[in-house]
Amino acid sequence: MNDMSILVAGVIGLLGAGLYGLLAVRNLFQVIIALQVLVKAAVLALVMAGYASGNLALGQSLGVTVIVADTVVAVIGLALAVQVKRHLGTLDIKALATLRR
Amino acid sequence: MLNLILVSGAILCALQAMQTKRLIRAALWLACVSAFVALTMYRIGAHEVAVIELSVGAGLVTILFVFGISIAGEDAMDAPAIVPKVLIGGMALALVVTLGLLLLPVGEGSPQPEQTSFAVMLWEQRALDVLVQVGLIFAGVLGVLGLLADEAQVAHKPVKRETAVANPEPVLAATETPAPQEARA
Repeated sequence: MNDMSILVAGVIGLLGAGLYGLLAVRNLFQVIIALQVLVKAAVLALVMAGYASGNLALGQSLGVTVIVADTVVAVIGLALAVQVKRHLGTLDIKALATLRR
Repeated sequence: MLNLILVSGAILCALQAMQTKRLIRAALWLACVSAFVALTMYRIGAHEVAVIELSVGAGLVTILFVFGISIAGEDAMDAPAIVPKVLIGGMALALVVTLGLLLLPVGEGSPQPEQTSFAVMLWEQRALDVLVQVGLIFAGVLGVLGLLADEAQVAHKPVKRETAVANPEPVLAATETPAPQEARA
């Protein structure tokens, strides 16, 4: 198994772990953490694709853009989670379904 | 071999971040994932993005998580998942197996000599991306304000009450002063 196959396996494994977390956890903070894991897999895939195609600079610049977007998503998600905790008193995502009742 | 260790470490840390009940530990496991991913990227020659990932992913985001958790408090939940865990595991495994069958094995790749440097690519050829990043950073600043907004209001409210209770005399004086004028009139 060569290095590129190992990296692709790593990307797939991180995607699997992120998807598992996204479906399994009910805490809002952990949902954001699962999203972060998924985005890290995407960044690694972009950089790896740039490396494999011989255009690492393009992969790196796209990776930087994704990292910035990912950080902003984390900040806004954290702000929403803190506000949810203040207003509903819990971080359980099931408590957010108030419109259904 | 080192790549295998780094990639395995990243996946194990990601699974630990999903499994643990304490939020602080989950944030620290996420920082470990970032560190492993950054090391992997450094190994394949992507030095700039590796440094950014390490400083932003393992540093800034972890600090933000710890800050947010300290505001909201640890809310450990033992409630079961909405979807049965067997089904979730099956779905994640199906994704991994399907992608593995589609993508693996991968050829060694033929890295050609770099035509452009990272700086030229980012600042000249991907200038629109940089503008989008500036907009995103402003959105992030608004997010931080959202994190702090209610805190500021809560911090101001007791101060107003204290001043109202501590200095009742000006109010009484204001109500008493017009009385003599009315009496004169």
